[in-house]
Amino acid sequence: MSWLTGPLQYSFMQTGAVAAVLIGATCAILGVYVVLRGMAFMGDALSHTVLPGLVAAYLLGVNLLGGAIVAGVATALGVGWLSRRQSLREDTAIGITFTGMFALGVLLMSTVSSFRDFTHMLFGNILGVTSGDLIAISILAALVLLCLFLFHKELELTSFDPTHAEVVGLRADRVRYGLLILLALTVVVGIQAVGVVLISALLITPAATASLLTKSLPRMMLLSAAFASASGLAGLYASYYLNVSSGAAIVLSCTALFIAVSILGSLPTPKATG
Amino acid sequence: MNSVGEIGGASFASVPFPTPGSRSGAKRIASRLPVFSYAGGRHADPVPDAAALAVRSLRASHPGMEHPALDGVSLRIPSGTRVALVGPNGSGKSTLLKAVVGLLRPESGSILVHGNPVGACHHRVAYLPQRGEIDWRFPINVRKLVMTGRYVHLGWLKRPGREDHELVHDILARLGIEDLSSRQIGQLSGGQQQRALLARSLAQGSDLLLLDEPLAAVDAETREKISAVIRELWESGKTIVTATHDLESLSSDFDAAFYLREGREAAPEAEAFTGIPLR
Repeated sequence: MSWLTGPLQYSFMQTGAVAAVLIGATCAILGVYVVLRGMAFMGDALSHTVLPGLVAAYLLGVNLLGGAIVAGVATALGVGWLSRRQSLREDTAIGITFTGMFALGVLLMSTVSSFRDFTHMLFGNILGVTSGDLIAISILAALVLLCLFLFHKELELTSFDPTHAEVVGLRADRVRYGLLILLALTVVVGIQAVGVVLISALLITPAATASLLTKSLPRMMLLSAAFASASGLAGLYASYYLNVSSGAAIVLSCTALFIAVSILGSLPTPKATG
Repeated sequence: MNSVGEIGGASFASVPFPTPGSRSGAKRIASRLPVFSYAGGRHADPVPDAAALAVRSLRASHPGMEHPALDGVSLRIPSGTRVALVGPNGSGKSTLLKAVVGLLRPESGSILVHGNPVGACHHRVAYLPQRGEIDWRFPINVRKLVMTGRYVHLGWLKRPGREDHELVHDILARLGIEDLSSRQIGQLSGGQQQRALLARSLAQGSDLLLLDEPLAAVDAETREKISAVIRELWESGKTIVTATHDLESLSSDFDAAFYLREGREAAPEAEAFTGIPLR
């Protein structure tokens, strides 16, 4: 077991491990709503649109997370506003916003001579998480999880029966805005681990894997969190031992789990006795 | 246990309120309403002696449609009656129910529920939608679905208490689906789903129930169960408005029928059942 515990003597590995579990759990629990409400495209778009926020914050020398949060929340509200009148389909509104914002991010990046500084934004670097980053990640993760816990009843109802929600005076569209803001915060949390390009995998794949295994929402959230945390740790170790990109390793672990569960689930079930 | 409605804590205490139908009164109530009216404690009290439902010159359209789905509909449904909304598909039956529960904003005209404008007393109106409006694949069980009928009394942050759980348990038994309570909602038959939805309407403990085709495409057992429960509700003083295709049971199951055609009130055919006047 020394291969497992050995690396943990380094503080960057300890920080990375805690970050991997926190990020995995947060993304995966919120991701259950993303999957059940069919918001996968929105999740992908939101993650790309934080890029100009990150780059702008870097250029201005201000807090990167702050920049990302501003860009993410602005996108969440912008897409909701664009598709509000139903003259534009929501996926179209998402497509326009997401590509425009990502292009703006790339444009800003190209003004800087050393492009390398941004690779960890694009692809994540869990080994580079500092203790200051970890505090920010913890606060954001706690905030997102607390909101999910407090408003579980409303999120659940507006997900499967928005009509009833409206009938009892609960505005489904406002709950959706709230969820989009939480999604933006979650994306910002996850960027440290897997980066802008791959973060939506952390939102979708563990939740989808869990949805193959259970028909209970709380259990789905627990399983999803477990899968994502395990994938996060697997990616961390892969990155440590094999010197490969941690973000890619984390996402591939998620994908491998999904494939394994799908194959196991499609096998003919042994006949029940009795 | 025929008084589900009283669980919500709303009594008919006589509160000095404007006379029924007074438009300025309705406006004053509306201006006092909070933006977020999803909370049990903040609902308006019923106006004494007001009709359960009073609709006047209602005009409403679906977004993006040229012709109004309802055009100048007026009716007044006294408290404690059973009224059928009758008409072919697209005649505006569902639209009328949707406007009453606030899913569709009227272009003109007024709707008063127990003397209050739409949205002032959500817990007093229960709406049974057509089954297609719900995502039945969602991972939630029957008990939880029925419990969502209690949310209007709970509001933000509050969780269901022991009474809520007991009430839901009793209602599930009353509709004969207590042994399905832990099933995921997609694993029910159409008839069982319909009973679960009616159970949720009962859990809401409302005085006015709006049922959209409650007996459409259900099995015989469900039909019997639902009909019996509707009768019990009526006997306990509830007002029940049902959109229906079934013309045969009108005179036996309803006190009055309101005919709709292309969004307007239609004159019933010579021998058709009309029952008590809805004016």
